[in-house]
Amino acid sequence: MTELHQLARLIRSKNAGPFELTIDVMFADEASYRRVVDAGVLGAERIAALYRVDPADVRLFRADVALAIKVSLPRPTPSGSPTDTDIFGGQFHSPIVCLEVP
Amino acid sequence: MIKAVAATGQLGTGFKAETLAHAAEGADFIGCDAGSSDPGPYYLGSGQTQSSDAAVRRDLELMIAAGLRHDIPVLIGSAGTAGAGPHLARTVRIVRELAAKHGWHFPLATVDSEVSAERVVRAYREGRLSPLAGAPDIDEESIRAAGHIVAMQGPECFADALGRGAQVVVAGRTSDTAIFAALPMLRDIPPGVAFHAAKILECGAAAVVERKYPDSMVAFLDPDGFTVEPPNPDMVCTPQSVASHTFYETADPFRLVEPGGTLVTTDAAYAPVSDRAVRVTGSTFEPAGDYTVKLEAASLLGYRTVVFAGVRDPLVVRQIDRFVATTNAVITGKVADSLGIAADDYRIRWNVYGRNGTLGPLEPATEVSGHEVALLIDIVAADQQAAQAIGSIAWHTALHQPIPEYSGLVSHLAFPVSPPAISAGPVYGFSLNHVLHLDDPAETYTLTVENV
Repeated sequence: MTELHQLARLIRSKNAGPFELTIDVMFADEASYRRVVDAGVLGAERIAALYRVDPADVRLFRADVALAIKVSLPRPTPSGSPTDTDIFGGQFHSPIVCLEVP
Repeated sequence: MIKAVAATGQLGTGFKAETLAHAAEGADFIGCDAGSSDPGPYYLGSGQTQSSDAAVRRDLELMIAAGLRHDIPVLIGSAGTAGAGPHLARTVRIVRELAAKHGWHFPLATVDSEVSAERVVRAYREGRLSPLAGAPDIDEESIRAAGHIVAMQGPECFADALGRGAQVVVAGRTSDTAIFAALPMLRDIPPGVAFHAAKILECGAAAVVERKYPDSMVAFLDPDGFTVEPPNPDMVCTPQSVASHTFYETADPFRLVEPGGTLVTTDAAYAPVSDRAVRVTGSTFEPAGDYTVKLEAASLLGYRTVVFAGVRDPLVVRQIDRFVATTNAVITGKVADSLGIAADDYRIRWNVYGRNGTLGPLEPATEVSGHEVALLIDIVAADQQAAQAIGSIAWHTALHQPIPEYSGLVSHLAFPVSPPAISAGPVYGFSLNHVLHLDDPAETYTLTVENV
């Protein structure tokens, strides 16, 4: 069984402004990048289910030049609001770290 | 060719003095971003700054000294974290103190980009505000409730200041890229090149493979592209490190929206020119149909008191959610009885670290797997006195809250600090994430130039 972190060089999340989150998954080599892309591991439906958002709100990007996959989604609550748990959005990538990659 | 220097990623977070001194040789300007909305609404709402005056003074002293030595401009954007009036004033005061200390004389420009609530209300009535993704609902009352409203400026304000002979420019809220794109565009670097280089520069050394500590960054710009090279020989850039930094903290990796248009990096190419430097070409800039500035505002929501405690007893840990729910109900009753404060007039949030403290309601794990958890009891009330009073009831109640397995008086919580209830001050929330449509880029900033 291979998990996403075993193929990625870096998995990180961060605010993209106070109302959106963005998750970057970057790979050290083309083969790992292609494997994850081709397996469709980070599909919109799957991300939407994991983060409990509408699939229509999930934006997926592939940046071939950086061997990176990017997922952007609305924040569950605005940064720093009284119900926010992660002001910089730096830990929101955690649920995908151990996703299984076929 | 233009040599652009970023002193560091955020003013007050430091850089190596020798790195900046080396980078400034032959440079055309030194820039530094001093702020962001990233650390939340507190700084904008309160007028406080993230970095201390001492840390900002240290960085500014080295930057201005280098600027004067080489007779090149020093450009600061988003002064004092949030770029509102008090933040700008604090940074300008530090610059003046440094000038007095060293006997420096130079034209100092300040760019005030705070806008009045009445101005924004007028724009709201005229239909000149458009919501961005996630924008809160607004009305005239919520606009007027804002502590400060800032308009994020594009490069025009820096170009304006440079055109009036400024050697040091301290600007309120600006886009991060504006600081670094302005001077190159004045010298006929195409905006696609200027904005992309600016995006790489604005975080200082962040676009290197391994940023061991905050430090400076350099880009060489010409009409066909730019080359980015860390001035610290211990750091290296690779095509991947630069390409991946292009989309850091942006929702869309290929389209970066600026006040006057959009940087498009879809066709950007990243090529190594040495084992440390990367050449970037192919970026373009799509001018927008109209000029917009993003408005940011934060409103006071109340005052906070927090209690932080450890729970180690395995019987409590295994029923932590029930323990929290039961305790919360008892606290609510005591607050009503003892303080006469109704449940609607304050809010208690329980973050259970080890259970859902980090991801909150998004946490997919349903069981506690560790041997201890931490409780953060977060209370927000109308004033600090009420929050403290509720905090005292909250920690004392939780400390002695019974569980079914034990009889007798229990003590369930470990408090690592005394007093257990910590007054955490005012709490703010972002109240605007809208763009304001302008007829002229200069409408929402005021430029002042003086000789210090």
